[in-house]
Amino acid sequence: MRRTVLAFAGAALVAALPARIVAQQPVARGLVPPAAATTATEPSQVAQGRYLAILGDCEGCHDRPGGAPFAGGLPLPTPFGTIYSVNITPDRETGIGAWTADDFWNAMHRGVRADGAKLYPAFPYPYFTHATRAESDALFAYLRTLPPVSYRPPPNKLPFPLNIRFLVSIWNALYFKADPAPTTGPTRGQHIVQGLGHCGGCHTPKTFLAADKTGHELEGGDIDNWAAPALNADVRTGLGAWSTPEVAEFLKTGRNVHANGSASMADVIVHSTSKMTDADLAAVGDYLRAHPDHAAATAAPPPDPKVMAAGEAIYVDECAACHAVDGKAAPTYFPPLPGAAVTQSRDPTTVIRFILSGTQTVATDARPTPLSMPSFGWKLDDAQVAAVATYVRNSWGNAAPVVSASAVAKLRRKVAAKPVQKPSASI
Amino acid sequence: MATKLPSVDAVLVGFGWTGAIMAQELTEAGLNVVAIERGDWRDTPTDFSPAYAQDELRYYWRHELFQRLNHDTLTIRNRTNQTALPMRQLGSFLLGSGVGGAGVHWNGQVWRFLPSDLKARSHNLDRYGKAAIPAEMTIQDYPVSYDDLEPHYDKFEYLCGVSGKAGNLKGVIQPGGDPFEGPRQREYPNPPLDMPYAPTLFGKAAAELGRHPFPHPAANASRAYTNPLGVQLGPCTYCGFCEKYACGNYSKATAQTTILPVLMRRKTFTLRTNCEVTKINLSADGKTATGVTYLDETGQEIEQPAEMVILSAYILHNVRLLLLSGIGKPYDPATGEGVVGRNYAYQITSSVNVFFDDKILNPFVGAGALGTMINDFNGDNFDHSGLGFIGGGYVGLMQTGARPIETHPVPTGTPSWGADWKTAIARDYLKTTTVSTHGAVMAHRGNYLDLDPTYRDALGRPLLRMTFDFTDNEHRMSDYLTDRASEIASAMGGREIKANPRKGSWDVVPYQTTHNTGGAIMGDDPKTSFTNKYLQSWDVPNLFVLGATAFPQQSGYNPTGTVAALTYYAADAIKSRYLKASHQPLVQT
Repeated sequence: MRRTVLAFAGAALVAALPARIVAQQPVARGLVPPAAATTATEPSQVAQGRYLAILGDCEGCHDRPGGAPFAGGLPLPTPFGTIYSVNITPDRETGIGAWTADDFWNAMHRGVRADGAKLYPAFPYPYFTHATRAESDALFAYLRTLPPVSYRPPPNKLPFPLNIRFLVSIWNALYFKADPAPTTGPTRGQHIVQGLGHCGGCHTPKTFLAADKTGHELEGGDIDNWAAPALNADVRTGLGAWSTPEVAEFLKTGRNVHANGSASMADVIVHSTSKMTDADLAAVGDYLRAHPDHAAATAAPPPDPKVMAAGEAIYVDECAACHAVDGKAAPTYFPPLPGAAVTQSRDPTTVIRFILSGTQTVATDARPTPLSMPSFGWKLDDAQVAAVATYVRNSWGNAAPVVSASAVAKLRRKVAAKPVQKPSASI
Repeated sequence: MATKLPSVDAVLVGFGWTGAIMAQELTEAGLNVVAIERGDWRDTPTDFSPAYAQDELRYYWRHELFQRLNHDTLTIRNRTNQTALPMRQLGSFLLGSGVGGAGVHWNGQVWRFLPSDLKARSHNLDRYGKAAIPAEMTIQDYPVSYDDLEPHYDKFEYLCGVSGKAGNLKGVIQPGGDPFEGPRQREYPNPPLDMPYAPTLFGKAAAELGRHPFPHPAANASRAYTNPLGVQLGPCTYCGFCEKYACGNYSKATAQTTILPVLMRRKTFTLRTNCEVTKINLSADGKTATGVTYLDETGQEIEQPAEMVILSAYILHNVRLLLLSGIGKPYDPATGEGVVGRNYAYQITSSVNVFFDDKILNPFVGAGALGTMINDFNGDNFDHSGLGFIGGGYVGLMQTGARPIETHPVPTGTPSWGADWKTAIARDYLKTTTVSTHGAVMAHRGNYLDLDPTYRDALGRPLLRMTFDFTDNEHRMSDYLTDRASEIASAMGGREIKANPRKGSWDVVPYQTTHNTGGAIMGDDPKTSFTNKYLQSWDVPNLFVLGATAFPQQSGYNPTGTVAALTYYAADAIKSRYLKASHQPLVQT
């Protein structure tokens, strides 16, 4: 469960490029704006950088289990292969200790490494380009204060020709334009969501080359066998029914009366949103709730009454203990299903996967209990999972496309229906 | 040669209720704590998921949650002139194993002892005179009073989210609660569970007879609850699988559902599972515990030094570890001297079935502590003059869930197998209920624990030997309770009743309760107790022994509430005084 990366190709500064390829590349640097007012590393700048590292969820990708913070090495599964996050501690040999603030700005703003090589967009520079120079410098100043860790992540596992970094230039030409004048306006919420927060990395649908689909921002993503829900004003599949304080509560504590945070969002909550200021959380909530939904409403055929009857029988036997017969469950403990965005998402992947594999509510300082849903994949066959998923998606006022047994079978093969991992006792 | 680890502030041996409570309290005070548990890590979603938690065959009949007796068991006999034999299967009590201990498979019955229960010797002497306590009855006063324990009972009840109705708030009797209970400072954190039909009928009948019925206080959450540590419990679903099972719905209070989510996040806390402590190590002069030695899961011997050693295993294991470590003088029933193994006690139960023709009772609806109870005959709530016994117990109708393999009550005269038996079950299953009694067991000179001279465990260590039988006091008391239960059962208006009194010697086979007590009891005198009132060893002041191990005798109530209250009481003293007084005795002799 820990830190599976949903992003179109994860999010990481990528290193370990064969030297000969680097040599073939032109140094692709644009104009570097002047560094922020002071080049001295001031405590206030470091403090700001520490907070920006939280906003950007750097540790979500740059920590590996058992490794030192920011030292990288986390495998990031992408549709094209596995990319390992790099070491961003100030170690000169294996980290970014030899980088300057300008080098760092180029990485953040243009997706270009200190040696001039292109970074894979697993590192979300299409978002980070919206960070200001002052923010980039603060983040860099903070990273410079970390203890240097000598650690070199494993080489990426990308097939030819994707292992040729130069090809990223083509991707950039198609999908990326560095923000010519990043500012902190127009609103704080937008600046966080579209910038360091890189929410769309998971929550925006992707092209076949894993870039954000233009004009469909935050309409919900399909990543690494999860369907990330829409973060917009849609009342069924988005946040339209949530208040701003409820969005903030979810991001801070990992749950609210509508939903429990789990799966890949759990890491984002632990490393990032639970540590954000209340004002920033409210700003994010305001922005997301107001974000328009451009997705065309699809008229789904109504579910087969026989399937609904079968689904209801399974629901009462297997699900009602926690979610209650009327689906209302125990909000902030066990999530209610009527009106739930994940339940009614156009893409049913997440609801199927929850039933197959179970899931665990994220534990936070405010809400330390990892309330869990067990795996039913060992107990229910594909048709049964499809029936109960269809039932919860079309009961109590819910409406969403039916789920087919073949969709369940396909996902089951992909995720191998592993039960929730038991937390190991620390030794 | 054992691997020696760096020293820690405190090492806990065993990680159930008392271990979790003490670890939480000590880490909160800033101490660095290691807990060593010989069983497995266990948690709700992986080990007792609601997708399979209600598996009667797996969990009860095949004892999945219980101690593996092929690794370690105990020997049992009724009297000293018998030869004790090792148990390959247990029935009367069911020892826990693994994280959460027996507290994972308990019912969630949370009681406070009566103020007079804690003064069992002096109270009975005062009221009934010397003749009331036979020479062989070795009961003692607890060295703590109800008032000492009240805030700690309260803390545990709020930790667990106990569902109930107060009967005595600061001395004012409350309608609907238990009028006999000691005064409590505030109401229970949650309202009582919804009462099913059969316990409701019991309550009506009991009230008509002038008794004082009230809902059983239950650590089965009647609604979603967040405890003072911020840990969340889900609402009980009345699935009927508490007793002998683990809860899949986060509704029954256990270490897992009330403390561990917070404790396991603490960097100052370490839990080592699948590690078995073999010895408490002592300094050369025997006056200081230096730590413990344990075997890890690969069988490697490891020494964990510690400033403080706290035994927090089940009572039988606490006592055995003291005996194996040579700490304290073993009790000798011939002389009545010695303190380790002394005053082992238990519980005595009986029941009365009520068969109806016209009432569908849906007995499969249940929760561990769901029921209507009376305490009119508990402790010294009634006049014992001329009855020939002291002590008492509760009578009640508890609906814990009529699990299908286990539950098939049939009227007297029904064959024990065959077509007529099946017909009777089909006829009576939905229309039968049971009134139960749960009585005290007083300490007796001949009831004790020691090391078995013959039988050894998988590691070659002597097994614990239990020598125990009911005495006349228990039988008279239990028969009296059974008669009172029968009166109410008859008044419930069924077709017939069937009383099941407890007859003869104690028998390890039929299930009663896992309420073993004593063996390293608390007291005011080092000659007759192992610990002082703070559960601190008289002989080794940096050794504490938690649990029902400390009970001088067992009252008519389930022990867990008092076990927890004593643990909090000891933790308070450790934090506020012991740590500041550089490991000195908290009570001077």
